[in-house]
Amino acid sequence: MAEAAIELVGISKSFGAVRANRDINLEVQKGTIHGIIGENGAGKSTLMSILYGFYQADQGEIRVNGKPTVIRSPNDAIANGIGMVHQHFMLVDNFTVLENVILGAESNALLNSSISKARAELKRLEQEYSLFVEPDAVIEELPVGLQQRVEILKALYRGAEILILDEPTGVLTPPEADHLFRILKQLKEQGKTIVLITHKLREIMAITDNVSVMRQGTMVATRETAKTTVEELAELMVGRRVLLRVEKGEPAIGAVKLSVRNLTVKDSRGVTMVEDVSFDIRAGEIVGIAGVAGNGQSELLEAISGVRKAVSGTVTLDGKPIDLTGAADPGELRDRGLAHVPEDRHHVGLVLAFEENENSILGYHDKPQYLNGPFLNIEAIRRDAREKIEKYDIRPSDCRLKTANFSGGNQQKIVLAREIERDPGVLIVGQPTRGVDVGAIEFIHRRLIDMRDQGKAVLVVSVELDEIRSLSDRILVMFAGRVVGERGPDATEGELGLLMAGVEQQEAAE
Amino acid sequence: MSTPYAKLPRWADYGLIPLINLLVAFAVAGLVVLLVGENPFRAAVILVDGAFGSGPGIAYTLFYATSFIFTGLAVAVAFHGGLFNIGGEGQAYFAGLGVALACLPFDGFLPWYLIFLLAILCSAVFGALWALIPAYLQAKRGSHIVITTIMFNFIASSLMVYMLVDVLKPMGSMAPQTRQFLDGAQLPRLGFLFDYIGMKVRPSVPLNISFLLALLMAFLVWVLIWRTKLGYEIRTMGFSPKAARYAGISETRVIIVTMLISGALAGMMAMNPIMGDQHNVPLDFVAGAGFVGIAVALMGRSHPAGIVPAAILFGMLYQGGAELSFEMPSISRDMIVIIQGLVILFAGALEHMFRPAVQAVFASFSPKSVGVVAAKGEGV
Ligand SMILES: Nc1ncnc2c1ncn2[C@@H]1O[C@H](COP(=O)(O)OP(=O)(O)OP(=O)(O)O)[C@@H](O)[C@H]1O
Ligand SMILES: [Mg+2]
Repeated sequence: MAEAAIELVGISKSFGAVRANRDINLEVQKGTIHGIIGENGAGKSTLMSILYGFYQADQGEIRVNGKPTVIRSPNDAIANGIGMVHQHFMLVDNFTVLENVILGAESNALLNSSISKARAELKRLEQEYSLFVEPDAVIEELPVGLQQRVEILKALYRGAEILILDEPTGVLTPPEADHLFRILKQLKEQGKTIVLITHKLREIMAITDNVSVMRQGTMVATRETAKTTVEELAELMVGRRVLLRVEKGEPAIGAVKLSVRNLTVKDSRGVTMVEDVSFDIRAGEIVGIAGVAGNGQSELLEAISGVRKAVSGTVTLDGKPIDLTGAADPGELRDRGLAHVPEDRHHVGLVLAFEENENSILGYHDKPQYLNGPFLNIEAIRRDAREKIEKYDIRPSDCRLKTANFSGGNQQKIVLAREIERDPGVLIVGQPTRGVDVGAIEFIHRRLIDMRDQGKAVLVVSVELDEIRSLSDRILVMFAGRVVGERGPDATEGELGLLMAGVEQQEAAE
Repeated sequence: MSTPYAKLPRWADYGLIPLINLLVAFAVAGLVVLLVGENPFRAAVILVDGAFGSGPGIAYTLFYATSFIFTGLAVAVAFHGGLFNIGGEGQAYFAGLGVALACLPFDGFLPWYLIFLLAILCSAVFGALWALIPAYLQAKRGSHIVITTIMFNFIASSLMVYMLVDVLKPMGSMAPQTRQFLDGAQLPRLGFLFDYIGMKVRPSVPLNISFLLALLMAFLVWVLIWRTKLGYEIRTMGFSPKAARYAGISETRVIIVTMLISGALAGMMAMNPIMGDQHNVPLDFVAGAGFVGIAVALMGRSHPAGIVPAAILFGMLYQGGAELSFEMPSISRDMIVIIQGLVILFAGALEHMFRPAVQAVFASFSPKSVGVVAAKGEGV
């Protein structure tokens, strides 16, 4: 009988009226990977934050390795061998990997000696777990996958025996995720205990030993992974049967809505990220852009939506040109019927410090229905926000709550509701379901397909191949800033994977 | 999940923490008083009594507070837009010229209320103008506003010396100041109001109608920030420039407009000492109020409802401090400045020093109250 690394007994936690955790019991066996799943807002992050000392439980007990333990702060957690990799990384962007790893764990006032010691230790850790990262690389220049590795290294460096990962794959591409899982398996073999929160049931099936399901603040079930199915888990989470793959009819394709010709975009460092890209999107179709993150999709989205200036290219919307290299700004594009759900909802799509209702007008705050002359029409804004909360089942249903206090999936719904409800002719969506639960994915996909069926043009960028394949009527694959291929919705994963890796292009070059 | 500690209830956030900061500031100040051999408790009594114990005391406290409300609001508006306007001092000083422009040509024949309106306009415009160049440089050239506004404080200071010594000084006068204003440019004083609550205030006490203007401005700033489209844009910019860009808000426009408003508020401060008290434009009439405004805004959390009491607190330190140095000769003016400095230090700069401890205490004693979110009434 394996012993428990963590036992949570009767944990409850409320935020005002919101009961985020209610009498939760959880046992995580030593040396296993334990999955935790649940809808957005089910209380997963809250539970893990209690374990990591960010929050204090109102009631209940935490036992680490059988010993009742009081965890008041992350420092206490670390002292008890608990490490955490957050949903949103907590790294200092302009520090190097090494500096980030030792940050807060400097063993003595003279940095020099701790740095050289840390370097040796980091080497050892890297070797032991094959977690290679260049120690002198600056964080902001690393792709997210590597940044995450730094977070893991940070925890291991502090002696973590129990590692909590909150939606680690949300930001990763499939190959990066595979690599992460290899690392996690290896950590498990070395006797570490891992708690993994994710919305992707496939990942749960692939890697966990046990899985616990949360719903609306309670723990509804724990299963041995080998003895359950995706369908059962989805049903446990949502409380009803879930369609895991959206159904859609044949597209009724109309005129060209958005036409992009020879678009070239550079990033802030002046590196060309999008090169000579051309495509059309027509009314009544969903075009998906697949590609490994960092191949220019983000910059393409930003340029088309006016957030980033393009270097060259011509773009027309409904047959009329838009000057993406100069004067066009997102406000003007919105007025012309182009709505944009940005990839980065935390810094771009939302102001986390705002109340929910304030965010529900971001970008549309100058529309007459929200104004009385120069004044905000608070009544109208809140009424409108409440309607959207109702329609999109955003939880908690309080339009005065600070946006930061909504769970990730609900934040995404706030953005989607805002953009879709304006009924735009063209909708551009980046990572529509990043960090969103299965029930909400079904809902969001349904909305996007409804848009298409109403004759709108929809452009979806996602690193989730499954999502691209199930939504799109046409799939464009981007590699190194170029569109390297176009496929129909029936393209196989393997075929797309090769295109995404740039294989065909290399062959053509030979 | 960004706050590593528990969230505090509103009353602790806005009441308890400032109070703790204040008590610590006074405790340290008490040590200083002890060092020069005086009884700190008696000093505290004299200070508070000097500021609030009599009609004239209260009136003087409010007179000083008037200036601090204007400059505190100026800093706060800029803060909301993510801009740190250190230039309130210079903007208010330069606005003295605006006040002179409104008063000197007209004080012989226009009634005070017309000149008052004109002076509001001119001081606001001059203050705004002095903020415009740093704002433009920030918006268009990315020159950091902290640096440029500090430099503009120095420029304003030299410019005003030149203007008062070489241009505005009447012929034959020895003092570097404008001529004395006639009745039309002297603001009505509010001492008479104290009659109604049974206190006597000499007509020479300079609390004047610009105090009411300051309160009105505090209300208007609240309206601006939380109830107008412009305020929405300012706050969006302040929290997240990327989100502002996404929302189609012009960064250039918001930076410039925000700084113009900030400068205008700082500029209006000039009327209080000039038209309410001195009745001329003297050298150095701002007397540090621009800098006190920074502490006031910090302590008041950039919210008008916090700024007004914070300004009154600093008014109390000025007025009570003056009494204190009078009653206890061993406590010099400089000591008072030290005490004020300590309050600024603890209430402003070290604002967050006690927060983690308070949060930890809250977390351990009453877990239920932790995380009660300001769901109702943010900014109302
Ligand atoms: N600091 C807070 N103040 C108020 N409410 C909060 C706070 N943090 C979380 N909540 C609420 O508690 C509930 C649980 O949130 P939590 O973040 O734990 O969900 P989650 O299961 O991690 O969701 P997701 O899958 O979307 O990340 C939600 O209803 C959320 O709005
Ligand atoms: Mg979460």
